[in-house]
Amino acid sequence: MSAPCLEIEGLSATLANGVRVLRSVSLTVEPGEVRALVGESGAGKSMIGKAVLGVLPPSIRVVEGRIALEGTELGKLAPRASRALIGARTALIPQDPLTALNPSRRIGPQMTDRLVKILGWDGTKADQRIRKLLDDVRIREPDRVLRSYPHELSGGMRQRVLIAAAFAAEPRLIVADEPTTALDVTVQKQILRLIVELQREHGTAILFVTHDLGVVAKISQKVTVLYAGKVVEQADTAALFASPQHPYTRALMAATPRYTDPMASLRPVDEAVLAGLSAEIATADRNWKPNARGSGHD
Amino acid sequence: MVEARALPRRTNPRLWLAGGWLLVILLAAIFAPLVAPHDPLAQDLMLERLPPFWVTGAEPGYWLGTDSLGRDLLSRLIYGGRIAFAVAFAAAIAACLVGSALGLVAGYFGGWADRIVSRIVDIWMAFPPVLFAILLVAVLGTGLSSVIIAIAVIDWTRFCRVVRAEAMSQARMDYVENARIAGFGRLDIMLREVLPNVLPTIIALLSLEMGIAVIVEAILSFVNLSISTDDPTWGGMIAEGRLSIHQAWWVLVFPLIMLILTVLSFSQFGEGLKSRFDPVLR
Ligand SMILES: Nc1ncnc2c1ncn2[C@@H]1O[C@H](COP(=O)(O)OP(=O)(O)OP(=O)(O)O)[C@@H](O)[C@H]1O
Ligand SMILES: [Mg+2]
Repeated sequence: MSAPCLEIEGLSATLANGVRVLRSVSLTVEPGEVRALVGESGAGKSMIGKAVLGVLPPSIRVVEGRIALEGTELGKLAPRASRALIGARTALIPQDPLTALNPSRRIGPQMTDRLVKILGWDGTKADQRIRKLLDDVRIREPDRVLRSYPHELSGGMRQRVLIAAAFAAEPRLIVADEPTTALDVTVQKQILRLIVELQREHGTAILFVTHDLGVVAKISQKVTVLYAGKVVEQADTAALFASPQHPYTRALMAATPRYTDPMASLRPVDEAVLAGLSAEIATADRNWKPNARGSGHD
Repeated sequence: MVEARALPRRTNPRLWLAGGWLLVILLAAIFAPLVAPHDPLAQDLMLERLPPFWVTGAEPGYWLGTDSLGRDLLSRLIYGGRIAFAVAFAAAIAACLVGSALGLVAGYFGGWADRIVSRIVDIWMAFPPVLFAILLVAVLGTGLSSVIIAIAVIDWTRFCRVVRAEAMSQARMDYVENARIAGFGRLDIMLREVLPNVLPTIIALLSLEMGIAVIVEAILSFVNLSISTDDPTWGGMIAEGRLSIHQAWWVLVFPLIMLILTVLSFSQFGEGLKSRFDPVLR
C-alpha cells in the first residue's frame, strides 16, 4: 500500500473577513492518475491548486485540514522543508502562458534554472533534458526557441514550453490550472493531447482544473465536482457521466449539451438547484467552527 | 538584437541625438585641458566682452566670445561641464542605488518592510526639496561633495516610489509564483526575476535624475551655494551673465543653451534606453 500522490483532507480556507473560500475539501490523487476538478468560475478550483503548491495569496488563510504529498504532511514541515518538497515533487501548468514566463529573460535559462539551481543537475544534463522535452512537445527549432524571449513566441508555443518545463523535473504531481482556456480553439486540442501523452509516458499524476466537462470526459479517470468551495460529488469519470448522483452535477451536465465536445462552454445551471445548494451551504456555514486554529500553512 | 532588426520597429533618432550630444560634452569635459582653447580662469581686461565669432568685433580663437573679465567662454563652458557631469553621475547613481534597493525590497516583500519604507518616503517628501537642498548645503558646507550628498539625500525617494510600484506589480505576476513553486527563495526571485523587469524603468529614471542633478547643481551655483566661485560652473556663469545681459547677451545665452540641451538630452536618452532595454517594446 503506497500513500496517495496527493491527499487533501478537510481543507477549509477563509478570507481575512472570515468568508469561507474552501469548505472542508477532501480529495486524493493516486500516483499516475488524472483527477479533474470541475466547477464554475469562483468555485475555488484555483485556490485548491495554490494551496497544494504553497502559493495561496496572503489574503487567504487555511483554517483547518491537511495536505500530504506522497504521505508527507506539508503542514508538519518547516516552511523551508515544505518549499523544498513542493519544488522537488510538483509542478504547475498555468492558465496564462504569457504571464507565467518572465518577459525579460530568455526561454532557455528560464527552463533550466530549476533543474540546475534547485535540483542540482549538471548544466549539460539539464540542457539535454530540456531539448528532449521540447522535442516531445513537438517544438522543432529548439535552438531558436531557447534563445527567444517569451513575447517572440505564439501562445501555443509558450504553453508547449511550459508543459515541457513542468515535466522536465519529473514531478510526481502536476497541477494543471485550466491550461487551455487562454488558447486559440484550434490549439486547445493539440495542447490537451500533448499533456495526456506526456502524462502517460511519465506516469505523472495530474490534478486537472477545468470548468469544461468535455475535457473532463476526455482526459480524467476521476472527477471532483466543486461548488462554492464545497465538494458536491466525486466519482470515477465513467461512473459520473453514466449516473451523476448530485443534482448540481446533473444540472451542470444539462447545461453542457454536448459534453463530449471540448469546445462547448457552460450555460448557467438550473436556478432551483443552485438555490437548494446555497441554502444547504449557508446552514452548514452557520454550524461550522474550525476545529483547529490553522494547520501550519501560510 | 539580430531578430529585432528584422522586425518593423520604430527607429529612435532621439536616442542617438541625445546620446551623441551627451557623449560630446562628456568627452570634452574629460579632456578639457586638451580641448579647451584657453585657461578658463585667465582674465584679460584687454579682451573683455568679446562677441562670438560671427559677430563683428570678434577676436580669432575666442569662438564664443569672452565675459566681462575677459575669460574665454568656450573654455569655461567646457570646464563647467566637468563639474556638471561629476555631480550628475555621482549624485544620480547614489540616489538610484539607495532608492531602487529600498523600493525593490518594499515592493516585492510588502508587509512590514513596505510599511517602514513607505513611511520614511512620506516623511521625506513632506520637506520642500529646494529648501531642503539649501539647508543641507548650509549644514554640510559648500563644496562639490556637499552638493552631491544633498541631491542624493533628497532625490532617492523618486527612485524608491517608482521602483516600489513597479516591483509590486511584477510580484503579482505568475512567473514569480512559478519560481516560488519551483523552490526559489524570495531574495533570489527578487534579484533574478523581478529586478530585470524593473531595470528599464530604473535606467530611464537614472538618466532623468542626471539631468535633474545638473539643474540642481546649476541652481545651487546660481545662488552661490555650490563650489568655490572661482571654478567655472554653468549655474555660476548664468548668474554672471545675467548682470551683463545688455552689454553682452552671449555671456548668459551660451551657458543657458548648454544647460537646457544637456538636461533635455538626459531625459530623452533615458526614455530611449528604456524602450531599448525593454524586451517587449524592443
Ligand atoms: N487574491 C485573492 N484574494 C482574495 N480572494 C480571492 C483571491 N483570488 C480569488 N479569490 C476568491 O476566492 C474564490 C475562489 O477563487 P478561485 O480563483 O479559486 O476560483 P476558480 O474556481 O479557480 O475560478 P475560475 O474558473 O474563474 O478560475 C473566489 O470567490 C474569489 O473571489
Ligand atoms: Mg481559476
